[in-house]
Amino acid sequence: MKGFLRGIVKENPVFVLYLGLCSTLAITTSINNALGMGVCVIAVLICSNAIISAMRHIIPDEIRIPVFIVIIAALVKCCALLLQAYIPSIYSAMGVYIDLIVVNCIVLGRAEAFASKNGIGASIMDGLSMGLGYTFALLLISLIRQIIATGAIALENPMSGATIFNLTLFPSEFTVSMFGTPTGAFLTFAVVAAVFTVWTKKDSKKAGEK
Amino acid sequence: MESITLFISAVVINNIILTHFFGMCPFLGVSKKMSSAVGMGLAVTFVIFGSSLLTYGLYYLVLVPLQIEFMDLLTFILVIAAFVQFVEMFLKKNSPALYKSLGIYLPLITTNCAVLYVAQQNISQGFNLIETIIYSLGVPLGFTMTLCIMAAIRGRLESADIPEPFKGNPIALIVAALMAIAFSGLGGLV
Repeated sequence: MKGFLRGIVKENPVFVLYLGLCSTLAITTSINNALGMGVCVIAVLICSNAIISAMRHIIPDEIRIPVFIVIIAALVKCCALLLQAYIPSIYSAMGVYIDLIVVNCIVLGRAEAFASKNGIGASIMDGLSMGLGYTFALLLISLIRQIIATGAIALENPMSGATIFNLTLFPSEFTVSMFGTPTGAFLTFAVVAAVFTVWTKKDSKKAGEK
Repeated sequence: MESITLFISAVVINNIILTHFFGMCPFLGVSKKMSSAVGMGLAVTFVIFGSSLLTYGLYYLVLVPLQIEFMDLLTFILVIAAFVQFVEMFLKKNSPALYKSLGIYLPLITTNCAVLYVAQQNISQGFNLIETIIYSLGVPLGFTMTLCIMAAIRGRLESADIPEPFKGNPIALIVAALMAIAFSGLGGLV
């Protein structure tokens, strides 16, 4: 359980390790996109970790990175084709960023650092934990950006486009549309990362005193 | 005229780091020193240009005639990985100092989203060969320029009094935010 929570807070791949930044910044304009991306990455991460862990004894050490990348690329392409067929609205909203999960450092990083050295069960758990940490980061940033940029929290059903949930917090005259642009992404991320630094430092100080 | 527009738009207006966030890892990692920023920029330019031409050729000469366009992602990433390996071997032999200062970020060019993004974009935008060449030169040029500006600003940041939690990457992201505002002012150029 401890190892499971590790990926979400202490070793959060986004805020602490600064991995997978490109997609984190680009996709967090709305909660819907963040959720879609998070689910895709969790699926790819679990599958790639499981496959690589199962094959870890037969992959030659010298060419392991190309092998990993081919496995990941195949999985991502499957994911993209499935999305295109079943949830086209999410597919078109996320566009090229789905294909770019291939080069998301988190997926390759976990394959190299964890799955190639550990058993299948542990690798699947690690994939789930890191994937959830990534999704948590996406949701946090997209929530902040969406509230400031539109003044509301909205969630849509990706299959039908119907609104599931729409809560207006303040009228649109007081919104800062800049937070929907790249500038807002950088600013939000910087502040959240700083808060995380304070938080994790405090934790390690406490552990040191004990 | 259209090619000039495409070039300017790729370098400044649709700047790959500040509007699409591609290549954030080297942007934060290698922008501490001017010399490594320039080296990284040149390496990325070479990889993007070379791999874009290769993938463009492969796509239209191999994948399309065989009707296996869905293999694009797999083919592209393999070409890029092989190309990066080539650059790494070349630098190790001819410029060991630069090789050392780029460190871990050199093999990571493979997973630099910018490279795959340009290869993808050339196909999905339906560029012809000349447009592909212009685009694959313009994008990495914009990348190098942003990286160099960032390295210059970070040099000054070292002597600045920054609040403890913002030291390191968070302050770099704030600088990036300010740069994004400045660059969005150039949007009316084209």
